[in-house]
Amino acid sequence: MTYIGDVGALARKDLLLELRAKETLPSMLLFVISALTIFHFALPAGTSDVAARGLLWSALVFTALLGLTRAFVAEREQGMFDALILTPCDRSAIWLAKSIAVLAFLAAAEVVALPAFAAFFHGLNGRTVAAVALADLGIVAVGTLFGAMAVAGRARELLLPLLFLPAAIPIVVGGVGGYLWFLVLYDAIFAVFAWGTFEYVVAEAA
Amino acid sequence: MIRVHGLGKRFDDRRVFAGVDLDLADGLLLVTGPNGSGKTTLLRVLARLAAPSAGTLELPPRERIGYLGHSPNVYRELTALENLTLFARLYRVERERVGMLLERFGLWEVRNERVSTFSRGMQQRLGLCRALLHDPSLLVLDEPTNALDVQGLELLDAVLDEPRLHVVATHDATRFDARATERLVFA
Repeated sequence: MTYIGDVGALARKDLLLELRAKETLPSMLLFVISALTIFHFALPAGTSDVAARGLLWSALVFTALLGLTRAFVAEREQGMFDALILTPCDRSAIWLAKSIAVLAFLAAAEVVALPAFAAFFHGLNGRTVAAVALADLGIVAVGTLFGAMAVAGRARELLLPLLFLPAAIPIVVGGVGGYLWFLVLYDAIFAVFAWGTFEYVVAEAA
Repeated sequence: MIRVHGLGKRFDDRRVFAGVDLDLADGLLLVTGPNGSGKTTLLRVLARLAAPSAGTLELPPRERIGYLGHSPNVYRELTALENLTLFARLYRVERERVGMLLERFGLWEVRNERVSTFSRGMQQRLGLCRALLHDPSLLVLDEPTNALDVQGLELLDAVLDEPRLHVVATHDATRFDARATERLVFA
């Protein structure tokens, strides 16, 4: 219960920070709607479903990247890793809480993006919505870990895309193809990996 | 308690410090030296925030260490109360202590205001509250007089009079000279 309480307190903190700063979610929304609008006018009429879905997944991955880039800004700029890692809370709780917050921002962006995609292109089916939901879990699991690693690095703005985008390729492949079991497997592997390794990453980031 | 022998730290090819020996149970270790001499790096090693490159260490566990770095280490978009309540939760400290510390450091009246609206001195006081929240046995302070006014400096003096081991890095050595029980001068 202590672990869950810590995760709850840390996630609440991240959501409060965004609610007040209003920096991450508006930029994610603006980006995803702009990208889908550009794709709508750039693609010729009669474009296949697969091509349209590919563009949706590209837009979602880069929208997530935008959110992940901002995920640890408060910790980096205000020296909060120092304060957090001295507490007796399990360090993986920091990762889990941050993942929950990023997932909330991504889901909020998708609540707007998916209906926009349905309106601009060929509608949406349940399989695509399920794939997006499953992909979100993998994106935030691996992206939050890499986000913390990037905080520790020198070229942090470069490091996150360099780490995250190759790792997101399987998500896009699974998402475009609608391979739900593949996405479940990806989520499970990377969630366990990130949960288990975050302790070592955050020690370097402090 | 701090017991270190032959402590050293390098960043790649650059030696930051080497051969530091300390055996301290309580009192105040005053660390002085010019900018870039390694004071902050030593403090981070003693606070278990950085690993040494050489030497042996015996330090309190992380949860018994209080640390205040160059910045106050508080969330600017949270209120003073929200910051301390979060850390009270993470340190398993009763919430009553949050109110007690806010009162003591003159922040009770502004407890519901965001830290971003605070002066630098008020932020430093809040940082001290956070570092003291769990009643640490080792308190590590990096330039703690930063931006503190007269009242803030008196509060800091009162903290340093409390029975625990303090490690302070500063340019203003004269302020702490009388209290220092050990001195480490970096060239």
